[in-house]
Amino acid sequence: MNNFAKSTWWKKGAVHLFPVPALAVYILFVIYPILSAFGYSFYDWKGHTRGEFVGLGNFVSLFTKEPFNHLFWNAFGHNLYYFAVEMAVQNVIAFVLAYLVYSKLKGSNFLKMAYFLPRLLSVIVVGFLWKLMLNPNNGIVNVLLKKIGLVSWAKPWLGDPTYALTSITLVNSWFGIGFSMLIFLAGLHAISTEVIEAARLDGVKGLRLIRSIILPMMSQSLIIITVFTFIHAFEAFELIYAMEGSQGEPYNSTDTLAVFFYRIAFGGSSGGDSVALGLGSALAVVLFFIIATISALFLYFTRNQSAQ
Amino acid sequence: MKTNKSVRGLQYVAAYFGALVSLYPIFLMLTSSFKTNIQILKNPMSLPTSISFTAYSKLIHQIPFGTYFWNSVVVSVVSVAFILLFGVLASFYIARYPFRWNGALFFFFLLGMMIPIKLGIVPLFLLMKKLSLLDSVWSLVSVYTAIGLPLAVLILTGFFRTLPKELEEAARIDGASDFGVMWNVLLPLIRPALGTVMIMNFIMAWNDFFFPLIFIQDDMKKTIPVGMLSLFGQYSTDLSMLFAGLTLASVPMIIMFFLASKQFMEGMTAGAVK
Repeated sequence: MNNFAKSTWWKKGAVHLFPVPALAVYILFVIYPILSAFGYSFYDWKGHTRGEFVGLGNFVSLFTKEPFNHLFWNAFGHNLYYFAVEMAVQNVIAFVLAYLVYSKLKGSNFLKMAYFLPRLLSVIVVGFLWKLMLNPNNGIVNVLLKKIGLVSWAKPWLGDPTYALTSITLVNSWFGIGFSMLIFLAGLHAISTEVIEAARLDGVKGLRLIRSIILPMMSQSLIIITVFTFIHAFEAFELIYAMEGSQGEPYNSTDTLAVFFYRIAFGGSSGGDSVALGLGSALAVVLFFIIATISALFLYFTRNQSAQ
Repeated sequence: MKTNKSVRGLQYVAAYFGALVSLYPIFLMLTSSFKTNIQILKNPMSLPTSISFTAYSKLIHQIPFGTYFWNSVVVSVVSVAFILLFGVLASFYIARYPFRWNGALFFFFLLGMMIPIKLGIVPLFLLMKKLSLLDSVWSLVSVYTAIGLPLAVLILTGFFRTLPKELEEAARIDGASDFGVMWNVLLPLIRPALGTVMIMNFIMAWNDFFFPLIFIQDDMKKTIPVGMLSLFGQYSTDLSMLFAGLTLASVPMIIMFFLASKQFMEGMTAGAVK
């Protein structure tokens, strides 16, 4: 082969190498670990060595054996609650704020930055900051409540099982509003102004304008937000870890599936080392299917919508 | 007209109340860090009467903040650089060539957005052990690069697709190679998308504490968030020191935000519309 042919081969073929580095890193550090988790879930682990193949045994334990089944549904319910609060509190407020920025109030650049600022903090900082603020004795929240006369409203926010999960989900909303706001704002700016002007000329305004014109035209943003929120809610771990520790106290009242998983996989407290890896992996697989199914449904729905 | 005015007034109240709720905790964190413990306990809401840096000097003596800071810089900058480089190469290939498997490749990368990678943490931990990457910033760089790529490919492919084919053809007639077309012709045109990918991943890598929590034991290899985590276990009663720690962990990111706030906001929204 002469030099000329070699160089054209290089010129033509080299382009196929372009996706290789990305693929290599992605497969090694994302795809491979997830697939391995699937593999682990079929074995009964003895310490750190792979024990016998038990098929779906770990899944059966997860759903039928005390206390795992109880803890599983308990955590699953908390994930749903997380999702509900994020949708109802975080995203509704985020939409309202995005709409306010969009309607050109004075200082809207400042407002946008103010809403987004919390998102720049590490979850660990957010968790500890609010832990200090929610301290039952000297935390600012209770001090403030007492100051304005609502003495009986002051509560041990993170220590009482009745309020712990709600407190954490609300802190999470405080953290996440800025990001949702930006996505809504992008959606609002993508709506053509002529449509809105035309509707205004026809006398449509206020809430009706939002409900009948703006929201339907933002369906894409709404779907993106819903999928992100769902995935985020079912991965919920960091904030809970920062605010309650990995044990998910009090009385498992703040456990999500990921907290439960972390405890099985690294805490070793539920059932000892021998079942931990297999059972933990089984839980990971279940969680994976929950997230993947729902995301796929949403995406399918989006496709159908944009095809119309 | 009258209702319009009162509606407008209500809008202002709501908007600025929202800003107050967003900013007040951060303001409180900042001001409390300059107070003494007694001041915080007695008057948690008051402004500091005199600015005391005691908490900061104590903090700097207790923890190697400079080391944490440097580790965070290395991890974030190197991860973001890899995400941009690998992401651009892959997206250019997917968006600009008519090969049959490109659709599948794109979809394969998108899967990563739906995969909760934290669930693969046990195999990932064992993999890092096998590769001798535990207790090294490279474990974090490799994970952050890998989890940042799906979004990078999604955004960059979208932008590459919007560029007209003629640009590329003209460059090829002038003798440019595949790499030359990508690097010299198309890359300058997708700068906003590069900004978005850079910012989103920088926030992710800088603030994450889950992976260093599991991969890093050596105190000298820790990044800021996980370094702070150990601080809070040890000094749980020294309030002003805790607030100083939180402030110190947040200030670098906040300063960067103000220096590049325009790029920040435009970048974040540009990515979302595509």
